[in-house]
Formats: sequence, C-alpha cells, structure tokens
Amino acid sequence: MIEIESLVKTFGYFPVLRGVDLKVERGQFLAFLGPNGSGKTTMLRILQGLAKPTSGRVLIGGWEIPKETFAVRQQLGVVSHLPLLYDSLTAEENLLFFARLYDVPAAERGDRVHTMLQQVGLDKRAKSVVQTFSRGMVQRLAIARALLHDPAILLLDEPYTGLDVDAAALLDHLLTEVAGVKDGIRTVIMTTHDLGRAYQHATHVAILSRGKIGYYGPTSAMTTDELPRIYAETVGMMTTA
Amino acid sequence: MSATTTTPETTSTTQPKKRRLRTPYFQVVASLAWKDLRAEARGREMVNAMLLFSIMAVLIFSFALELDRQAQEATVGGVLWVTIAFAGTLGLGRSLAAEKDKGSLDALLLAPVERSALFYGKMIGNFLFTLAVGFLLVFLLTVLFNVNLFRPVLWLIIVLGCLGFATTGTLVASMSVHARAREMLLPILLLPVILPIIISATRASTALLTELKTEDWLPWIQLLVVVDFVFLLAGFFLFDFIVEE
Repeated sequence: MIEIESLVKTFGYFPVLRGVDLKVERGQFLAFLGPNGSGKTTMLRILQGLAKPTSGRVLIGGWEIPKETFAVRQQLGVVSHLPLLYDSLTAEENLLFFARLYDVPAAERGDRVHTMLQQVGLDKRAKSVVQTFSRGMVQRLAIARALLHDPAILLLDEPYTGLDVDAAALLDHLLTEVAGVKDGIRTVIMTTHDLGRAYQHATHVAILSRGKIGYYGPTSAMTTDELPRIYAETVGMMTTA
Repeated sequence: MSATTTTPETTSTTQPKKRRLRTPYFQVVASLAWKDLRAEARGREMVNAMLLFSIMAVLIFSFALELDRQAQEATVGGVLWVTIAFAGTLGLGRSLAAEKDKGSLDALLLAPVERSALFYGKMIGNFLFTLAVGFLLVFLLTVLFNVNLFRPVLWLIIVLGCLGFATTGTLVASMSVHARAREMLLPILLLPVILPIIISATRASTALLTELKTEDWLPWIQLLVVVDFVFLLAGFFLFDFIVEE
C-alpha cells in the first residue's frame, strides 16, 4: 500500500506539489493524470526516492521515504519514457547487469533473464545490442528490466511516449499479461496523457491540478466518455462537450 | 556490506521471500565496472576519442617544442601529465553524460545499492581508461622525445596519478552532469581540483627522468598517495549528496 500525506515539494520558491494526500491500496492500478508541469513526474520521482519531499509523509509498503529507501527500492519496478538501458550492451547483458544490481540470486539469474526475455518476446534477440532495437523493442526490454526482481509496485512514467500504434498495443498486452496489472498482482501507478489508456487499464484515476489532487475516483464509477469531461473540468480546460 | 534481510511486499501468494535489504557492496562495484568495460569494449567511443586526442597532442608538443636532449628530459614529464589531464577530461565528460542522457543514471540510483558503491564502480572504469592513455603515452613519448620512459617507478607514478585523476574526475563529473553546459563546466571545475595531483605527478616524473636523487622524487610520490587517499575517501562520503536531486 502507498500512503501520501500532505506532500509538498518546492523547487526554490516555486511550489510544484502543494499538499498532496493520496492512498493507493495493494493491487490497485492508479492512472495519474494532469497537464504538463502539474507535478506528475515530480511525484513519481519522490516515490522512487530520487527526489526528497520538502514536507509531508510518504509510506510505501509500510516503509517511509526517504528514511527507509533501500527497502522501498527493492519493491519498485520503474518503466519510464527514457529507456534506462545501455545501448552498447546486448539485451541479455542489460538484464544480467540489473539482475546483479537488484541482487537476484546468482543461481536464478540466468533463468530469470531468459524467462523475462521470452515473456516480452525478445528471446531471439537476446544477443543483439540494444542500439539495433526499435523504440517498441526497447520499451519491451525496459518492462523486462523493471520486472526482473519481481517488484510489488510498478511505476510507469508516460510509458507510451514515442510508441507507434502497434508498439503501444503490444505494450498494452505486456502490461496486462506479463506485468499482471489487471489481476491485481502488482500495485501500479501510471502517469499518462492518454485518457483512453488510463481508462482501459486503471482501477482508479487521480487528476493532479495546480499541485493538488483535483479529482480521485474509481474508473468503475464513470464511462469512457466521462473521463475527458472530468479531466477538463478538473484542470480548468475549455471543453467542447 | 550489509546482509540485513527484509520481507517486502511481494507479488507472490505463497510465503514471501526473504531478501537482502541492499545488494552487497562489492557486487555493485564489480558489476558497474564490468558493465563500463563491456560497453566500452563494444562501442569504443570514449577510449578512441581519448587515444586520438593524446596522439594529436603529443605530436603537436613534439613539433612545437624543438628541444635539445636535456630540455626534452626536463619537459617530457609535463607533456605526459598535461596530455593525460586533457584526454582524461574528454573521457570523463562522456562517461557520465552517457549515463545521464539515456536515463540510466536514474536506473542506477533506483537500485537498492549504496551510492558510494556506484561511485567506485564508475571510478574503476574511468581509472582503467585513463591508465590506457597513460601507457600509450609512455610509448609515444619515448619515441617522439627520445627519452626512455620505461622505468618501473614512472609506471607507479602513472598508476597513482591516474587513480587520483579518475577519482577526482568521477566526483566532479557527477556534479557537472546535471548542468546544461556540462561540457564547458567540467574542465572549469575539474582542472583547479586536480592541480595537486598534476603538480605532484609532474614533479615526481621530471625528477625521476632528470636522474635526480630519490629524496627529490619520493616526497612527491608520497604526496600523490595522500591526495589519492583523500579523494577516495571524499568520494565515499560525498557521492550520495552530489547525486541527490
């Protein structure tokens, strides 16, 4: 479970998050929406332990950030719009390297890497250098990297950025089948601008506006068409609806 | 380092696995150094640039300074260390910038590892690349300056000097990597900090090559050892703060 209480983050005198309160239950898929600059990425970086909150409290699986950051990091898998991979290494070398960093036991490492490559459909390209991969293949490998250590929480930071229609559809499939997000196996937070995909995957939606949670609710309580309207009203956009 | 275990939230429905709270220290250092060497062995972007720069710099020095035998012996130590410093700076900038640009620096910082282990892992890679430049320069300068640099004590000075340079350089490059004009910022920040290393390495090399007595070069080597040790310790304590956002 993720608990965020009165979270404030300022850069200099500029407040990005102005007191965010949020609770994400175990197995929940939260789509985190908001316009550019609303603080989505900052929020995710705080959850990852890459940025420190100015004030407030963040608990992940009962551990507090940034005090118990090692325990938190063991539980996190991150997929970002950046690949977080090494171009000059092969797919297999990349996964082996991260398996060592995440202390996947040496005896299981090879099998785990092979299984992950198979699950994301890259087993035939295991020995290929990442430089030769398409954007979609890189993103599939990024998912394999994020799931290597079997994290309980998956953070997805605009994972669809730069993907074509086919690659995005494949990512949908991987999130559902490989990452097990629909079965509630993992707790997932995804930032995205794609409202359709947010509705498709998420069990809950949070809309960040002017550094605060402007809307929070389950997707089951709305229709596909309602989400854009709720979004526009929350962020104060002009709407044609 | 720590072998403390924890039972994190898992995806498993069975008994949760006991995991170490953080990855063993030397496993991280070795993995990161291996990764850098493997990536460089395949791409050769950094080492090729450093070696080419070194060859060009030494050729320019050799043709620009038309010196007699005695002057060559007195100058070659300076040429060696100036070239190592500039070629090394070129490599350092690339080493950290590559991590930052692909987001892989974040991937490293996300892992449950001691940050200082990341520092030593990066430092080892940078040290070996700088050392490769140093050893190439020994061959080049021996030929172009007609001074025998194949002396065990000089090799020791090169190892110590490159170690100090890589340690300091990795630390400073980690600071400048977040800046917008990092290519310009790195030499401006680095060169004043590495002065004690360059001065002691140059003095020790020159004293050795001009056949001065042991007491003329030994104190400089001792100073080099002390400076290396101080920067190695500084990396351990400061890296966490440097990479903190």
